[in-house]
Amino acid sequence: MSNAIPEFSKSGGGAGRGKIGLNNMSAFAAGSGSRTRAEILAIIITAIIVIGSIEGALVWFEVKEYILPRPSAVAVALVKEMPLLLPHLGHTLIQLFGGFAIGASIGLILAAVITQFPFAEKIIAPYILILVTTPMLALVPLLILRFGFGYEPRIIAVALACGPMVMINAATGFRRVDSAKIALARSYGASTLQIFWKIRAPMALPMILVGLMIGAIFGLLTTVGAEMVGGGFGLGNRLTTYSSMINMPEFFAVIAILSTMGILIYVFFFLVGKKWASWEA
Amino acid sequence: MSAAAIASKLTIRHAGMSYGDLVAIDDCNLDIAPNTIVSIVGPSGCGKTTLLWAMSGLHRLSRGDILLDAKPITGPHPDIGLVFQEANLLPWRNLIDNILFPFEIKRQTPDRDWINHLLDRCGLLGFEQNFPRELSGGMQQRASIVRALSLRPQVLLMDEPFGALDAFTREEMNRLVEEIWLETKTTIVFITHSIEEAIFLSDRVIVLTKRPGRVQSDYTVPFVRPRSLETMASKPVFDLTNLIKADIYGIKPTAAAAE
Repeated sequence: MSNAIPEFSKSGGGAGRGKIGLNNMSAFAAGSGSRTRAEILAIIITAIIVIGSIEGALVWFEVKEYILPRPSAVAVALVKEMPLLLPHLGHTLIQLFGGFAIGASIGLILAAVITQFPFAEKIIAPYILILVTTPMLALVPLLILRFGFGYEPRIIAVALACGPMVMINAATGFRRVDSAKIALARSYGASTLQIFWKIRAPMALPMILVGLMIGAIFGLLTTVGAEMVGGGFGLGNRLTTYSSMINMPEFFAVIAILSTMGILIYVFFFLVGKKWASWEA
Repeated sequence: MSAAAIASKLTIRHAGMSYGDLVAIDDCNLDIAPNTIVSIVGPSGCGKTTLLWAMSGLHRLSRGDILLDAKPITGPHPDIGLVFQEANLLPWRNLIDNILFPFEIKRQTPDRDWINHLLDRCGLLGFEQNFPRELSGGMQQRASIVRALSLRPQVLLMDEPFGALDAFTREEMNRLVEEIWLETKTTIVFITHSIEEAIFLSDRVIVLTKRPGRVQSDYTVPFVRPRSLETMASKPVFDLTNLIKADIYGIKPTAAAAE
């Protein structure tokens, strides 16, 4: 913070005041109102045409099922295998939520604390960058050696993948100090804690939500990856099992479930952002 | 304590402010009588804003004191309200929650009748649920005035509050401030770049010198209130405007009058 004559005009944006709000990265945001019937119809027809042409092309060119299964075969496999897959889905969800809850909480708290101390932040920054850029999947074999084939190594890997992602984004949010708004709170005698909860936290919220969303999606990636490395349960384990048995329709059924999970994560945070951070628009 | 100090609501005594080698304000003295409006004008960088922030208790002076009712101000004071350059509303709160923000911080029960009266006065009734981005610049600044007055401060400090508004809105806002003052008689210290605005609003216009800022001249504005369009277009107002302008720009009054 410069020590010059106070200049409280304009919206005093701090360091990372980039507009990376949720609204910028959403395909859903286009046409924020409710969709018209024509739009819904167009979306359904497009989906039918796309899936239908894939189906048709696969039949026409007589592509073998073990190379690429037809969408109809995948749908059948999805329904048929669902009772078998559900417990695995359960395991995956437990690991994802467990790891995400731990990683995101630690990431959020660290971001909130560290941004209060710019000097400490500078010292810690490189390590955070290493944590963000290193694929935590690489650690899974090591974690399995130490913790066995249960939930633990996977939850740890997920937490390690989520935490830094949440932290780096939340820190960007917390750094967006608007000195005029803090001065406003101080002029009413606000305490440091009140300034945090009533000014800093709401200002950071849009970036925190972006961080949580990216963290959750990285978490899903890491969960499935960790399951593929070792252990006898989880959707990732199903992927390796089905592919080793060349059960391609079942393999793609699992992929479909994973895509759906990813989309649900995205939609969830998009809706939360729309409700609580729409002022950013 | 001298008689003058007691009669004054807000007193600036030998105020000085330095930032490293830069002396922004030096030995600035000013007495502001209760229930008056005093404008502070001066060239850019004369320390007007710095002085106002010191009066608000948000910034400490390097030297000297600021007294409210003869008691030194050491930090943000409940009897002093502050209106910022920009409306400075919290964008994630709707209008009424923005106005109730001070009460939330102070854990006080708001005086709803008074707030509704202020909202009515400022033409904001019916907009309580709107978010700042849905309001015009003028409405936002009116909301920030309601927020500042909701606590019934004895002194209202206004830091170039209408600088960002267009000329029409600005005139409306000036009339609003006068109306509110006629009703509440709150002591107002008003920082502005506009001499016309200063003369319209004030009982006194203080001209600060360029850095380091200190009081250069002190003009009494005698015109009766409410100040009508005719008054504002009259010869005495015109002459006073030119006199103050000449004073600020350091040119002879005759030259200014001829421009």
